[in-house]
Amino acid sequence: MNNRINKLFHEKKERILSVYFTAGYPNLEDTVPTIRELVKNGVDLIEIGMPFSDPVPDGPVIQHSSLIALQNGMSIRKLFEQLKDIRQTVDIPLILMGYINPVLQYGVEAFCRKCKEIGIDGLIIPDLPMDVYEEEFKAVFEANGLHNIFLITPQTSEERLRKIDAVSTGFIYMVSSNSTTGAKTSVSELQNEYFERVNSFGLKNPRLIGFGISNAETFANACEYASGAIIGSAFVKALEGSDPTDQKVSRFINSIATVS
Amino acid sequence: MNYQVNEKGYYGEFGGAYIPEMMVPNIEELRRTYLEIIQSYDFRQEFIGLLKNYVGRPSPLYLARRLSEKYQSNIFLKREDLNHTGSHKINNTIGQILVAKKLGKQRIIAETGAGQHGLATATVCALMGLKCIVYMGAVDVERQAPNVKKMRMLGAEVIPALSGNQTLKDATNEAMRDWINNPVDTHYIIGSVVGPHPYPDMVARFQSVISEEIRWQLDEQTGRENPTRVIACVGGGSNAAGAFYHFLDQENVELIGVEAAGKGVDTAETAATLTLGTPGVLHSSRSILMQTNDGQITEPYSISAGLDYPGIGPLHANLFATKRAKYLWATDAEVLDAALELTQLEGIIPALESAHALAVLKKIQMKPEDVTIVNLSGRGDKDMETYLKHFEKAPPKPSPKGRA
Repeated sequence: MNNRINKLFHEKKERILSVYFTAGYPNLEDTVPTIRELVKNGVDLIEIGMPFSDPVPDGPVIQHSSLIALQNGMSIRKLFEQLKDIRQTVDIPLILMGYINPVLQYGVEAFCRKCKEIGIDGLIIPDLPMDVYEEEFKAVFEANGLHNIFLITPQTSEERLRKIDAVSTGFIYMVSSNSTTGAKTSVSELQNEYFERVNSFGLKNPRLIGFGISNAETFANACEYASGAIIGSAFVKALEGSDPTDQKVSRFINSIATVS
Repeated sequence: MNYQVNEKGYYGEFGGAYIPEMMVPNIEELRRTYLEIIQSYDFRQEFIGLLKNYVGRPSPLYLARRLSEKYQSNIFLKREDLNHTGSHKINNTIGQILVAKKLGKQRIIAETGAGQHGLATATVCALMGLKCIVYMGAVDVERQAPNVKKMRMLGAEVIPALSGNQTLKDATNEAMRDWINNPVDTHYIIGSVVGPHPYPDMVARFQSVISEEIRWQLDEQTGRENPTRVIACVGGGSNAAGAFYHFLDQENVELIGVEAAGKGVDTAETAATLTLGTPGVLHSSRSILMQTNDGQITEPYSISAGLDYPGIGPLHANLFATKRAKYLWATDAEVLDAALELTQLEGIIPALESAHALAVLKKIQMKPEDVTIVNLSGRGDKDMETYLKHFEKAPPKPSPKGRA
């Protein structure tokens, strides 16, 4: 499988900046303008959050954005409508991130076909376990050119990590600490040891570090140990308020990095 | 047919472990070790000893004479309300605290709706000297105040869950989040037959003592091991799982679960999951849920905080799908009537949850020779405020004198 994700990691080996935001937040029709502004500001990869009523692994910031987005009327159907022409203007990799239940209700096969039609490159579904993925989802994901991105944490055993590496095709999402999203705003020495340990395994997939990456300093630190990093809660928080989207996005991205 | 969990953690098409990577080490550890632990001689000795001398088991199986006369049949009550802490929940928390100790955990978390599971957890934590944190929906903290006070006296920290509808589902979300953030030293004592495998099976095994006792008690009192039917209320479904367990393979025993219909199954204010729900994944297992067409979980409602849950254990989803058990419902109004009826006929004030099981006595056909077991899962002390508020509006008639 060779798509925009593989191309990105092939061409860029360091300081990859991936940004997560919740579709339909703060306003229902903010999804596409937010993507465009992120691209304009030089972000390398975008994770579009599909809001769910019960996002267990998420902390308060993403819980709140999910709730508002749902109240705004966001749904997978609505998101697909919003994104239908996105590939006419946006060329960077796009990933959908969300929980398994709304995908099951949409229908896995129909969901994957629609992703392919729109030009989605990968999926992050944290509550889709590896064994269920391999048995029930892998074939249809692959048939539609979708990478499934797995998470690893400091508690993931080496044996399991190697299995995840074998099943992964795009990149591995290295969760910096065992926590819900946005729970920590710094990265400790202990976490750096874990990043080094993972690096020593010689995995075939590149890694992005996420959770606790919230500013220029934590982004720079993460980039020393992986191909880049993912920012979620801190960006979602920056989208709060009534300033124009372009201002909110450029202000935040500029505070993280003069993207190289 | 086999109604037990299979090796992969499924009951038919329901169950499994849809967990994020952050929960994998803890769930894997449990999955690998739980059977070996709970089947070991030492564990059995300690578990059975505590159930007997601490909880007060066996709980009585009581032939409710005046209730039986009223319904022209034979109705037995399995008195889980007489357990220490006032409900069946303690059977599971005793089991799980022993598992947690075996796994070397120092810190216990739990979710609670009515507060009965939180109370049972706080109790065993005091007994074992372990730190205890209970997540409880902010709405439930209000409506089950006596249990909150007891938990605090027992040394537990009660944290109100402020997300969503602020009831049981939200408390469960918060407890899972706590576990994700505290991956090493913490055991999560789930209170029902819900959550990822192996929880539904582990909790059902601990609760199965209910039907184990019913069989020999009924034999002792009537000369038959099998009743005509067993009735139990279901939210997540742990007391029903325990009451059904040893009858699952006795296909001639009718099993009836009773869901909370709230203000009615034709209203939005209901918690009748099997009656209204569709298959999906919530709290890490595939089951039947109340949800929108878009797969968002809907907020349930019931007068009873313990049944106010939009999902149900996968074991029950499978019993429903295979038609091994029948699932009926009772509305808030029917439940209040049933609670008053039991109180005045038998001198037993039931928990609102358990009164759901009693309420369907009016809805089923019972022959005079039938033997019906109602699992009286808990007592009504915690619900006095709700009862009094209701009876202020609709005062109960004086108790009928003499025989019913």
